[in-house]
Amino acid sequence: MNQKIKILVDRMLSGDKPSLARLISLIERESPEVPEIMELVSPSQLQPYRVGITGLAGAGKSTLVNKLTSFYRKQNLTVGIIAVDPSSVITGGAVLGDRIRMQQHYLDEGVFIRSMATRGCYGGLCKAVEDAAKLISVSGKDILIIETTGIGQTETEITKVADVVVMVLTPGFGDSIQLMKAGIIEIADIIVVNKADIEGADILVNEIRNELKYSTRKKDQLVMMVQASNDIGVAELFEEIEKKRLENNLEERILKC
Amino acid sequence: MGSTELKTIRVLIAKPGLDGHDRGAKVIARGLKDAGMEVIYLGLRLTPEQIVEAAIQEDVDAVGLSSLSGAHLALFPKIVELLRSKGGEKILVVVGGIIPKKDFAVLKEAGVSGIFGPGTPIPEIAKFIQENIQEK
Amino acid sequence: MTQDKNAERKKEFRTTVDGTVVKQVYTAADVAQPGDTSLPAEFPFTRHVQGNGYRGRFWTMRQYAGFATVEETNKRYKYLYGQGSTGFSVAFHLPTQEGYDSDHTLSAGEVGKTGVAIDSLKDMEQLWDGIPLSDVSTSMTINATASIILAMYIAAAEKQGADPSKLKGTVQNDILKEYVARNTYIFGPGPSMRLVTDVIGYCAEKLPEWNSISISGYHIREAGSTAIQEVAFTMANGIAYVQAMLDRGMKIDSFAPRLSFFFAANTNLIEEVAKFRAARRIWANIIKDRFGSNNPRSQMLRFHVQTDGFTLTEQQPLNNIMRVTIQSLAAVMGGCQSLHTNSYDEALQLPTEQAVQVALRTQQIIAEESGVADTIDPLGGSYYMENLTNQIEKGAKKYIEKIDEMGGALEAIRKGYMQAEIARSAYDYQKAVDSGEQIVVGVNKYTSKTADETTIFEVDPAVEKKQTERLRILRQERDNLKVKSALEKVKKVAATNENMMPVLIEAVKTYATQGEISNALREVFGEYREPSIL
Repeated sequence: MNQKIKILVDRMLSGDKPSLARLISLIERESPEVPEIMELVSPSQLQPYRVGITGLAGAGKSTLVNKLTSFYRKQNLTVGIIAVDPSSVITGGAVLGDRIRMQQHYLDEGVFIRSMATRGCYGGLCKAVEDAAKLISVSGKDILIIETTGIGQTETEITKVADVVVMVLTPGFGDSIQLMKAGIIEIADIIVVNKADIEGADILVNEIRNELKYSTRKKDQLVMMVQASNDIGVAELFEEIEKKRLENNLEERILKC
Repeated sequence: MGSTELKTIRVLIAKPGLDGHDRGAKVIARGLKDAGMEVIYLGLRLTPEQIVEAAIQEDVDAVGLSSLSGAHLALFPKIVELLRSKGGEKILVVVGGIIPKKDFAVLKEAGVSGIFGPGTPIPEIAKFIQENIQEK
Repeated sequence: MTQDKNAERKKEFRTTVDGTVVKQVYTAADVAQPGDTSLPAEFPFTRHVQGNGYRGRFWTMRQYAGFATVEETNKRYKYLYGQGSTGFSVAFHLPTQEGYDSDHTLSAGEVGKTGVAIDSLKDMEQLWDGIPLSDVSTSMTINATASIILAMYIAAAEKQGADPSKLKGTVQNDILKEYVARNTYIFGPGPSMRLVTDVIGYCAEKLPEWNSISISGYHIREAGSTAIQEVAFTMANGIAYVQAMLDRGMKIDSFAPRLSFFFAANTNLIEEVAKFRAARRIWANIIKDRFGSNNPRSQMLRFHVQTDGFTLTEQQPLNNIMRVTIQSLAAVMGGCQSLHTNSYDEALQLPTEQAVQVALRTQQIIAEESGVADTIDPLGGSYYMENLTNQIEKGAKKYIEKIDEMGGALEAIRKGYMQAEIARSAYDYQKAVDSGEQIVVGVNKYTSKTADETTIFEVDPAVEKKQTERLRILRQERDNLKVKSALEKVKKVAATNENMMPVLIEAVKTYATQGEISNALREVFGEYREPSIL
C-alpha cells in the first residue's frame, strides 16, 4: 500500500481540500495509483445528491450553477462542483472559464469547485470525471453539481452520474432547435429555457413542448423559463430540483426498509 | 511511476485588484492553451485570498498574474505568501503587466519566479513554465 | 540564390494583422465615381465638421493627468490656475472608478495609483479648494460612478456659491465600452444604461453647458480591436445611447449635439486617417437615416483622440516618441477636435515630467511647423485614402448590421460578442508579432541589449494609509443617521424609474461615500460579472 496515497485519501475523507484537489489531479492524469485510490474510497458512505447541468456553450449554465449553489448554501448544504470544458483536439490544451461566474463561492468553506478538461473523451463524460465525482462525493458534500458543455452523441452519459439532469437551452441561433430535433432532450428531467427575455423564447418553449409529445417519458419532463442573470425563475427551478431530491431520498429510504 | 502518466500542465490566470486591462491576460490564456496547457481563466477583480483558494482547489502547476495599475507590489507578494501558507508552495508564480525594473528584485525576493513585461513572446512564457514547474 | 526582381516582401499586405488587404497601387478605378464630393462642414462631414478646419484655431491639446491625493492634485490645479489655465482633466484611482472606498479589501494597493482618490464630498471640496468652479472647465474620466462623482462636483460647486447651470465640462459616462473593453463596470448593462441616461437627461435640463457623455472607441482599440471594429463597436454603442434617450422621451436634437466621441490613433497612418473620415460619414448617416434628424449639429461627429497606449514599447522607449508623432499626425490629418499625446515612458511607469513635455511639444511641432494643419483634410482625394475610407465604412456597417440582428449593442455585449471579436483580434496580433510576421521595432526586430531605464515617478505608499485614515475620521464626524436615511432613499429611488441625480446629490451632501452609495445601488441593481468568452 502506497503510504502517500493513503495519507492523501485520509486527509481528503476528513475534508481537506488540497488533498482532494491533488487526488483529482492523479485521476486526471491517469496515474497508475488510480485503482488504489478508488479502492480506498468506500462506496458505503452517504452519497450526495447529484445534479447534472448540460447544454450548449453560452447558454448560461455556469451562471445557473452559481445561483443554485447560493440556494443550497442558504439551506446549509455543502456543494461540490465539477465544471467540464472540452480540450482542443489539435493542441490538447483548454481554456476553462466556468469559474468566472462562481467567484462569490471561492472563499466559502462549504463549496469545492474543480474545472476539468475532457482530455480526449470528446463529447461525453470521461472516466476521470466519474472518478472525480466519486471522490468529491465521499469527501463529504451534500450536493454535487456536474456541469458539462456541448451536447454530443455520448452526452447521455451524464444520466449515469447525475440523479437529475437539467438541460439549458436559449432562444436564437437555431442551435437549440437542432438539438431538440436530434432527440437529445429526451435525457433531460428539466429543460430550462434560459435568457427567456430574448425574442423567440416563447417559440422555443412551444417547440420543446411539441417535441416532448413524442418523448417516451413525456409525463415527468418539465419545461421552465428562466432568466438566470436577472434572478427570474431560478428559485422555482431550485424548488423543482429540491422536490426531486426529496422524492429521491424517500425512495431510497423505502428501499432500505 | 510517472512515465506512463499523461502530464498536462495546468495554469491559473487571474487579475488581482481592480485593474480591468485584460488584453494581456486573455492573450496569454489563449497562447498557453495553444501550447497544450489547461488554463483556468479566473478573470477580473479578485482578492489574493480568492486567487489562492482557486489555485489550491484546481491543483494548478502555475499561477499567472497580471496588473497594470501599479498595485503589483501590494498584491503579488501577498499571493505568494498565501500560497505557501495554504500548501501551494510548489506552485510556480509568474507575473506580467506594467512593472518597473526596479521592482523586479523585490518581487523575485518575495518568491515570484518569472516577470514578463509587454512584448514578451508567448512561446517564451510557455517555455519558462514548462521548464520551471515542480513535481508535486 | 536567385531573386525575382518583382518579388515582394510579403505574400499579402494588410493595414494590420486582421486589417484590410492593401493593393500594390490604387487608381481611379478603386474609387467609386463620383463618390463622396462633400466639402468640409457639408453632410456627411467626411472631410471635417468645421468649414475652416484648423485655419481658425488648432485642436485642443489636452493632457490627462492624475495625482495620488487631493492635496497634491489641488496644488497642481492651483498652480495651473495661477498660470492662466482654466481647463482641468481629472483622472481617478480605480477604487473610485469601480465604487469601492479606499478602505475596501479590493482597494489594497490601488489607492492613489491611477489617479486621485475621491471617497466623499469632502475630498471633492478639497480638490477644488481655491479654484472657482464657475470659471473653469473640467473633464472627468469616470464611468460606472459618473452619476455619483458628478453629483459631488455639483454639490462642491454649489458650496462654493457657483450656479450649476453655468458649469462647464465633460464626464466620460460611457458604460458600454467598459463591458466591451475596459472593465470598470459595477452593475449590469440594464441598470447602468439607466444611470447613464439619468446623467444625460439631468445635464440636458440643469447643466446645459456640460458634455454628458464621451462615446469611446479608444479603450476598444487598446483592448486589441482592429480599426474597423473600433469604429463599428463605438457606433453601435452610440446607437444604443441615442435609442435609450429617445426611449426616455427626449427629442434627438435636444441631446445629439452634445454627444462627443473618443478614438485611438494607431501608427498605421493612412488607415487611421481613413478611420476618422469614415467615422464622421457613418455617424452622420446614422443620425440622418436611422434617427431622422436633419440638424447638422446633431449629425456632426466631434471627437477627442489619444495616441494608442498599447503601441508604446518597454524596449527602447525613445522610439515611442516617433510612434506618438506618427499617431498624432493621423489624428490631426483626420480632423480631431482635441488630442492627448502619450509620453514615451508610459509602458514602464507613470510618465515623468520631461516625457510629458516632449509629448506636448510633439503636438505643438505638428501644429506650428509641419504644415499639415494649414489645409483641411490634406489626404482627401488620394485614391488609397478614399478607397480605404470606403472599405472601413463598409466593414463597420457590416458589423453594425450584425449587432442589429443580435438585438443591438446591449445584447451583443451580454452575449460577449464584441468582447470575443476583440479578444480574437488581439490574439491574432500577438501571434503575428511572435512569429515575426508583424514587426515591432525594438521588440522583435532591431533589438538591442542596452538597458534604457529612465527616471522613475512613483506614488508614495503612505498615500493609502493617509486616505483610509481620512475616511475613518469622516465616518466618525459626519451625522451617520442622516447618511443612513439618505442611502435608504437612494435605494428607494433606484427601484423606480425616476432620475437618480437629485437623490444622489442629496446623498453626497450628507457625506455618504461613493463606496456606500455604490453599495446601496448594488443591493438594488446587483453586480455584473464578465462573460467567459475565451
